[in-house]
Amino acid sequence: MPEPAGIDSRPTGDTTMQQHWDTPEMAQGKGSLRSRVVIYGLLGFFALVYLLPLIVMVLTSFKPLSEIYAGNIVALPKQWTVEPWVSAWETACVGLSCNGIKGYFWNSTKMTVLAVILSTLIGLLNGYVLTKWKFKGANVLFGLILFGCFIPFQIVLIPMAAFLGKVGIASSTAGLVFVHTVYGLCFTTLYARNYYIAFPDELVKSAMIDGARFFNIFWRILLPNSGPIIIVTVIWQFTNIWNDFLFGASFSTGESAPMTVALNNVVNTSTGERPYNVHMAAAMIAAFPTLLVYIFGGRYFVRGLMAGSVKG
Amino acid sequence: MASLEIKGVKKRYGTHEILKGIEISVEAGEFLVLVGPSGCGKSTLLNMIAGLDTVSEGDIVIAGRRVNDFHPSERDIAMVFQSYALYPNMTVEQNIAFGMEMRKVPKPERDAAVRDVAKILQLDHLLQRRPSQLSGGQRQRVAMGRALVRKPKIFLFDEPLSNLDAQLRVDMRTEIKKLHQRLGATIVYVTHDQIEAMTLATRIAVMKGGELQQLGTPAQVYNRPANTFVAGFMGSPRMNLAPARLQRNGDGLALEIQMGDRPKAQIPLPPQPPAVSAYAGKEVIAGVRAEAISYRRASNGNDGDARPIVDATIEVTEPTGADTLALLTLGGHEFTARLDPDVELRSGDKAQFRIDMSKLVCFDPQTERLIS
Repeated sequence: MPEPAGIDSRPTGDTTMQQHWDTPEMAQGKGSLRSRVVIYGLLGFFALVYLLPLIVMVLTSFKPLSEIYAGNIVALPKQWTVEPWVSAWETACVGLSCNGIKGYFWNSTKMTVLAVILSTLIGLLNGYVLTKWKFKGANVLFGLILFGCFIPFQIVLIPMAAFLGKVGIASSTAGLVFVHTVYGLCFTTLYARNYYIAFPDELVKSAMIDGARFFNIFWRILLPNSGPIIIVTVIWQFTNIWNDFLFGASFSTGESAPMTVALNNVVNTSTGERPYNVHMAAAMIAAFPTLLVYIFGGRYFVRGLMAGSVKG
Repeated sequence: MASLEIKGVKKRYGTHEILKGIEISVEAGEFLVLVGPSGCGKSTLLNMIAGLDTVSEGDIVIAGRRVNDFHPSERDIAMVFQSYALYPNMTVEQNIAFGMEMRKVPKPERDAAVRDVAKILQLDHLLQRRPSQLSGGQRQRVAMGRALVRKPKIFLFDEPLSNLDAQLRVDMRTEIKKLHQRLGATIVYVTHDQIEAMTLATRIAVMKGGELQQLGTPAQVYNRPANTFVAGFMGSPRMNLAPARLQRNGDGLALEIQMGDRPKAQIPLPPQPPAVSAYAGKEVIAGVRAEAISYRRASNGNDGDARPIVDATIEVTEPTGADTLALLTLGGHEFTARLDPDVELRSGDKAQFRIDMSKLVCFDPQTERLIS
């Protein structure tokens, strides 16, 4: 006797059920085509609005200057050229010297990498001490550190300038590394502390009985299990430090300036006909590292922020 | 293998005293189980032995050395945690060897020790796995391996079986007992499960509210509980505790149970020690184990059995397979009886039961202590 078609063709097994749930037909039924067109249309429209500045930047950076002054800013280049990119990197004038932005790019790279490593490491250590070596007043101290997250940049400018001058690292990359490390500590400590508070104490106790002391427990037990939170702090610190303009403009001069300050100078020092294509290329170069960090780390960023909030 | 002495140990957090002077002495090779309800301080005491918590007052002495101020790693102890506390970033082999690595034991020696332990615990084929790739029982064995490999003076177990499912728990319990017998190691084991305590211990320390209630062999704790708390806590089903009156009955004594205006039950007692006899005419709390009550079939007649007979009403029966637990009303008070699995009694039935009073324990109604 043939089985009724409805039962016979019913999907079985977990995977088919899964697929079934995921298909929009299941959720919305028939006749939803119109509403879906509206939804995707709106999404597409807003995506386009959001992307427009980037599109204009990219297109402009590949156009010869004559085309920019002649035509439509959203039109495709008639003649593609990488000349503006080369020029931005090698010969663009920043203030009085015309050696391109490459030197400043390396300034920013050095500053950012060092400050990110330092602030992340110290933040993780702080979090470790605040959660696994609780002492009297640990929570008060953490509250005070947390308070640091809400101090606006502008407030610390003058005391910081005075301090850097006294210590003798004003107007140098070392000075900027120091400033960014100190300012970033509040955030990295917050992240690390909240991650480690959910880290099982029994692992630390077990390591103690096994004979590991303070630093061994940190290096061998906590750090290897801190992947998600390291990625979160690195992305957070990297984008903040790389993109910072205020500290860069306040605590550096001339050759020691970071990329963001140099970019501003490139745009401001051109005379006569403004080379918009070079400006755009320089801006793209300045934005590139953070873009890369997001592309490679973004997935982990969301995962890391969720870590500990849900079990498993 | 070493002795352990806990001398007048107290633990205070601020003014709150959570351990109120614990006094326990453990011989080398003993299996001491600390048992009690949650919050009784048993885990704190274990942590203090391990050095993971400080001692507010008193001394902890391992193998004749006072270790109060020693770092956990210097006390020559090993601990198995409830969550197993395996390092997730290391393989099973690295987990087991970590303690030796920290103590700078040379690699060849470490490898040999790990191999030996892996063999004992049948972990050979798992050495390269990470903890996340293991089942609960395997993790448990790795945690034990990590403790065994160091050959410590004392093993500490902190509720090691409570994360396992029922069947595995029974298996691992047997494993631990075998291990103890083979190694002859000194073990301090914390649990809230009184069956684990009864099956594993050579001596049991029952704790409640930061105080030691009783310290004794499983048989002592089970048969002669020091107070009504221990009587109610140890054993499943718990000991029947009924308010009763000791009456003179000819030359001897009888127990009279009556709740409110319900018909009273009078049970003649075998000769009692003088301490109990002194309570004649007074109120006591009578403790009777469920297995002391048995069903008397009507056809039995006079079979020469000297045990007193009582009439009771069945409230509920709970067949467990091996035996049937029956809730009876006797003199208005409820008793649990452990009966043969094939008795055919239904709720509401009236029947006759024999009570073995040779193991009767009496408690003072005021102090709730054992009268002895």
